[in-house]
Amino acid sequence: MSNGQHPAPRPGFVLDVDRTTPPILFHHGAGFRLEKLPAGRSRVIYPAEPLAGLDDPEGAIRDALLNPLGDSAPLPALLHPGMKLTIAFDDISLPLPPMRRPDIRQRVIEAVLDLAAEAGVDDVHLIAALAIHRRMTEDELRHTVGDRVYDAFAPKGLLYNLDAEDPDGMVVLGETPHGEDVHFCRRAAESDLVVYVNINLVSMDGGHKSTATGLAGYTGLRHHHNVHTLRNSKSLMDRENSALHASNWRMGSVIRDAGVKIFQIETTVNNDTFGRDGPLALLQKREWEWTGRDRAQFLAMKTGLDVLPGTARRKIFDGWRAPYQMTSVQAGEVEAVHEVTTANVYAQQLVPVEGQTDILTMGLPYICPYNVNSIMNPILVMCLGLGYFFNLYRGRPLVREGGVVIMSHPTPWEFHPVHHPSYIDFFEQVLADTTDPIEIESRYEKQFAEDEWYIHLYRTSYAYHGVHPFYMWYWGSHALEHLGRVIIVGGDPAAVRRLGFQAASTLPDALEMASDVVGPQPTITHMKNPPLLMADVT
Amino acid sequence: MNAVSLQVARSRTRLARLGFPLRAAPIPQGVAPPTNRRSLGANYDTEWARRYPARVARAAIVEGVMRPVMAVIADPTVVGLDRLDEVKGPIVFAANHHSHADTPLLMTSIPEPWRHQLVVAAAADYFFASRFGGALSALAIGAVPVDRTKVSRSSGDRIAELIAGGWSLLIYPEGGRSPDGWGQEFRGGAAYLAIRCGIPVVPIHVAGTGQILRKGRTLPRRSKTTVAFGTPMTAGSGESARAFNSRLEAAVTGLADETATDWWVARRRAFAGTSPGLTGPEVNAWRRAWALGDQNGRTRRRRRRWPDL
Repeated sequence: MSNGQHPAPRPGFVLDVDRTTPPILFHHGAGFRLEKLPAGRSRVIYPAEPLAGLDDPEGAIRDALLNPLGDSAPLPALLHPGMKLTIAFDDISLPLPPMRRPDIRQRVIEAVLDLAAEAGVDDVHLIAALAIHRRMTEDELRHTVGDRVYDAFAPKGLLYNLDAEDPDGMVVLGETPHGEDVHFCRRAAESDLVVYVNINLVSMDGGHKSTATGLAGYTGLRHHHNVHTLRNSKSLMDRENSALHASNWRMGSVIRDAGVKIFQIETTVNNDTFGRDGPLALLQKREWEWTGRDRAQFLAMKTGLDVLPGTARRKIFDGWRAPYQMTSVQAGEVEAVHEVTTANVYAQQLVPVEGQTDILTMGLPYICPYNVNSIMNPILVMCLGLGYFFNLYRGRPLVREGGVVIMSHPTPWEFHPVHHPSYIDFFEQVLADTTDPIEIESRYEKQFAEDEWYIHLYRTSYAYHGVHPFYMWYWGSHALEHLGRVIIVGGDPAAVRRLGFQAASTLPDALEMASDVVGPQPTITHMKNPPLLMADVT
Repeated sequence: MNAVSLQVARSRTRLARLGFPLRAAPIPQGVAPPTNRRSLGANYDTEWARRYPARVARAAIVEGVMRPVMAVIADPTVVGLDRLDEVKGPIVFAANHHSHADTPLLMTSIPEPWRHQLVVAAAADYFFASRFGGALSALAIGAVPVDRTKVSRSSGDRIAELIAGGWSLLIYPEGGRSPDGWGQEFRGGAAYLAIRCGIPVVPIHVAGTGQILRKGRTLPRRSKTTVAFGTPMTAGSGESARAFNSRLEAAVTGLADETATDWWVARRRAFAGTSPGLTGPEVNAWRRAWALGDQNGRTRRRRRRWPDL
């Protein structure tokens, strides 16, 4: 597996902070902070270094298609003339940040289509499985599937975004034993074979969730994207203990029983988010290993970013394409494939950690799954911190029950009017009234989910569905229930207050404020993320 | 005998009176005279053109002259470069050949790190027929002579040495420009060299250069062009040069189809064996020309001014 160019990657580890520990780099939106953590009672979790990518990705993909896992025939045996083939693939929310060309999905889709062409398959549709996310633009689709595939299929209307609000394009396949409607894309349901092409950036992705969520609409999603399910997903990154995944797995059984044949192709990437050289390479180095050049580069970058307006900063970061490399590819029956995929994700991201602390700190970067080429609004800040980073654990949360999370992010009161129209109303109307997820769910969800204008914008513009901000809020509901307080360092005070959190100017201020909840001299864990890591807490 | 001729004859006589070393020593009797080894054609020595000063000059010509000229007259669209992402080391680039514009177009389209360490296989009997033409070809395009009139090992040996030294090769397996707009059958040189040197071949299809400067024309005209790079190919173990050459020709044919239609249609037709051939129908000349269609843009459709009622 090693390409021989770099020394063996070092695993992630936990650094106990003492007086010699340098200030730690915190992501702070489209900027950075250097924070000195209290000595003697703080620890920092560092991610593992990037694993080596596959030497021959094309060969590995072909090998996976010809030697599937589980109860599945090789892909060529499933392809025949006259059949209906649907290829569904993950949308713009994966990977983060978007990767350099060629995207893994392009490589896989071209390999699948090559076999389909060899078998004489004519009827092929390609669908971006975006559920209720915003539609992908032409540029984004081109980046994902490549120009060759885009030019061959899109002009003929054979490559398109899922429209989960199209009454003719969606179908209910049945009901799970728990009474959950299984809502599904009609074209996929009526196909002889659905090939799903995934990128598993984190352990939450993939498995039955790819199709049961990615090819579904509100009718199906509401059964697992709700407060009850998400509060019982501990964590949603740990499939074995995630009610969200249990629901998706039940739906997967219904899909299978309805006769939909799925050939799942899952891939994993290393965590080479910022590259081994280049302007952002220092972001994935350990602070004491920064060279003089790194330090000079950091100071120049920070100074420059601090004086630039927000739009310019965002533009710079939005242009970044991660040099991720594929570390594994497996194909075949969904559950057998996902088992191996999850193990490969863990091999890159899992860091063993002992015990919980009173406070968990995190520096939130400029991007989350829902603001690619867009604005990170306050609701997405909450979702990234409490929905994603808080849940990047297996076993127990990194912070004790009743503890405090301190996040670092500017949290501007700013929204993308095209991408997030319902977020604006959610922020102005719903959060102004209450921040309690249960109350929000019962009083407001249906109204937003069925709003004709939001549905129109979702179907015809590039807007997230009306119900999407609710799901963002529910995503953090496990953390909200678990925590005693949430503090945002450097956040816009008005926006932070609207979220129901507290704003602090500096980290020492935030620690002082936290001591009201957790007492003096609290223990602190800092999660140095990204590059991505997942804590295995014992 | 006029006065001028008389003067020349006298001069020769005076020269003949001068002895060696002011004049060449005569060949002793009984000794075979040395063969007059020609330094033109396939024997032209291009080694000087791969030294540093010549390479710098060539880079300046490629970037400073060829690129802007090609941008104006060829307006190229380059596709498929992502297929070269995983390739390292020297490559044989094998392209179809319609025009003298192919080489500058390809030299400005082939990406780094190959672009500036590239030699071009050029017909010895055409490009190296004179000292001036040979020097210009070697300097401007990095041409190396290839004998196409007779079977000779020397050209292959010389190019294999260059590849071993890290140089990539651009070669036109058709052996020359298209005489009528259709492609010609591939010769086995590219496949042979790739097998011999153990390096990949990248098939390339160039479309549109026939309209710029087809064989027989002297002045170029503007036309849109497309350069399509294919997936790098390596010979299978034990695969003969003939079989590999057939695959290479099929790959370029597939790229031509991909350019004319799209990738999916081309792949399906390639697997079904129904890709339109590069060489055109085997019919008489006028029907071949007819089958090419209106590629030179001479026929202009009249714009309809009024809708059909």
